[in-house]
Amino acid sequence: MMKFFRGLFPDWAVEWPKGLNLPLNKWTNDFVEWLVSEYGVIFETASDAILVLLVGLERFLRDLPWVVVFLGVGALTFFSSGRKWGLTALVAACMFFIGLTDPRLWDLSMMTLSVMLVSTLICIGLGVPIGIAISRNDRMRDMVLPALDLMQTMPSFVYLIPAIMLFGLGAVPAVFATVIYAIPPVIRLTDLGIRLVDEDIVEASDAMGASRRQKLMRVQIPMALPNIMQGVNQTTMMALAMVVIASMIGTRGLGTEVLIGLQQLNVGRALEAGVAIVLLAIVMDRVTQAYGGRFIRTDGRG
Amino acid sequence: MALIDIRNVYKIFGAGRPLEDALELARSGVEKNDVLVETGCTLGLKDVSLSVERGETFVVMGLSGSGKSTLIRHINRLIDPTAGRILVDGRDVLELSPEELLAFRRSAVSMVFQRFALFPHMTVLENVGYGLEVQGTEHAERRRRAMAWIEDVELSGYENAYPAQLSGGMQQRVGLARALCTDPEILLMDEPFSALDPLIRKQMQEHLIALQRDLKKTIVFITHDLDEALHLGDHVAILKDGVIDQTGKPNEILLRPATDYVREFVREVKRGRILKTGDVMWPPDAAATGPAISRDAVLQDALPVSMENESPLRVVDETGAMVGVLSRSALLRGLTDRE
Ligand SMILES: Nc1ncnc2c1ncn2[C@@H]1O[C@H](COP(=O)(O)OP(=O)(O)OP(=O)(O)O)[C@@H](O)[C@H]1O
Ligand SMILES: [Mg+2]
Repeated sequence: MMKFFRGLFPDWAVEWPKGLNLPLNKWTNDFVEWLVSEYGVIFETASDAILVLLVGLERFLRDLPWVVVFLGVGALTFFSSGRKWGLTALVAACMFFIGLTDPRLWDLSMMTLSVMLVSTLICIGLGVPIGIAISRNDRMRDMVLPALDLMQTMPSFVYLIPAIMLFGLGAVPAVFATVIYAIPPVIRLTDLGIRLVDEDIVEASDAMGASRRQKLMRVQIPMALPNIMQGVNQTTMMALAMVVIASMIGTRGLGTEVLIGLQQLNVGRALEAGVAIVLLAIVMDRVTQAYGGRFIRTDGRG
Repeated sequence: MALIDIRNVYKIFGAGRPLEDALELARSGVEKNDVLVETGCTLGLKDVSLSVERGETFVVMGLSGSGKSTLIRHINRLIDPTAGRILVDGRDVLELSPEELLAFRRSAVSMVFQRFALFPHMTVLENVGYGLEVQGTEHAERRRRAMAWIEDVELSGYENAYPAQLSGGMQQRVGLARALCTDPEILLMDEPFSALDPLIRKQMQEHLIALQRDLKKTIVFITHDLDEALHLGDHVAILKDGVIDQTGKPNEILLRPATDYVREFVREVKRGRILKTGDVMWPPDAAATGPAISRDAVLQDALPVSMENESPLRVVDETGAMVGVLSRSALLRGLTDRE
């Protein structure tokens, strides 16, 4: 039956013709190879800079007595939330439980934390300017937004491989992959925040003869800050979601524990690390939220 | 020469081919609605010309959608016209380079907005000083001048408050101080008091009149309230569907409305507060023996005097010389609008 049906069509319409093959595969590989050979120096320099930052931060956080880190995070929460005791207690409890789950996890958390902080910093450093740029230019926005969708839906392994080719194994490609995955919210919410600034108020600034730069720094960015901080919050959360994947290419941290637990079928070990990741996420979420909340209150409404 | 001279300005909202068609139609006298139906473009202003003299308060009055905001935004070029010229102090603002335009907005004009448009994240002091900050004035000087204006609008003590903590009337006084702080020659006010309660609006009007007595700025004032227009304006223009129906002094508009549309409006006005004895008096008559009254007194104030005296009042000028007579019947006719 099917044979007869297939017979009705010419050969080329039955099996996909061998020649009709877009060589995306080869192009990409050639491109990455070309990138490595031509611009290797640039990637190496960037890689070194990121590594220095990362190692420095990691060593600093691990060398600090845990009590100091614990109290520091507590104080940060307390003051940035406008002296909310309940919130501070919650964050402190989460921090405490990370260590309580397993003393080894404290050091590993500090490693994960430093990868996250560095990634988030890079996301802010790149994302806020990109967000500003696309808020002022609709054509650019139409190009960037689909690219962001692509970055969020593309499985991260696809860009992990070129990242390894460009940066080698270790923490730097992990940061690179994390940035690609986690940067979209900052860009989107910076763009949105600036577009949402009341037109009347922008007009008032124009009417006083403010230059584009003055308007941006003094009016648009300050008024967009609650939204930008919301974006930063989401970015930290997404960065944290990458820890396990990052550990697959050689970053040490909580993700490594999960992987080892998986390989040894040691559910308890994986679970402990998983719980620590969740606790760290809660801490990061509350701290960035509390910090973002400050900017809403200045207008006296919130 | 007039300080602000608007010549044959057309503004059509739209783009490309339809815009050109719409301009063509508008030029040949087609009305706003028909232009919209034909081309899909909104006719904002149609052949608007007016001149504002240095130091006067020029009021543009019109209903919602008549194009008032569009018109006033042409003066500091927040909106570019589709056709026509806008001269300020003899210079065509359309020919200013981007830098010159910024300089013009920084020093020569400022604006007060209907919904205040204060910066919510800045204190009153920072809001008022923003114009100077933009100019690059250094901190201490900025603070000194801003504080002086905050005092002038009677907001001392509130300099560190945020706008959301103030009432509407106070917010608009901040808006006024912010506009005046750069000491501009021209003040553009787009329905500045429309969002305020009637009582506060009254106070703000008197406040503005008192300020203007010292400052002698050139004010372009927008309102949808003819009472307000006639009370504040040295000249008043009536705008309808993007077209100016009539321009004149308040008494000219009251006594000789140019179109049915204007006549309709004038009927609702409290005439006794606007018209002066000089507007309705008769020629001098040596036989008149009644008490003297200034020719600048409004009818509302002349009425009680007239009621107490059977003989016509003698209307006099500043020197006390008689310039006319005012009988009770002339006064009442003035109050009741029968032409
Ligand atoms: N950016 C724009 N695009 C298209 N149409 C516009 C635009 N701005 C104003 N218009 C139209 O131009 C006309 C005049 O608007 P304008 O805002 O000047 O009126 P207005 O007299 O200030 O009214 P209101 O009292 O409501 O403030 C209206 O029909 C309005 O819809
Ligand atoms: Mg308006």
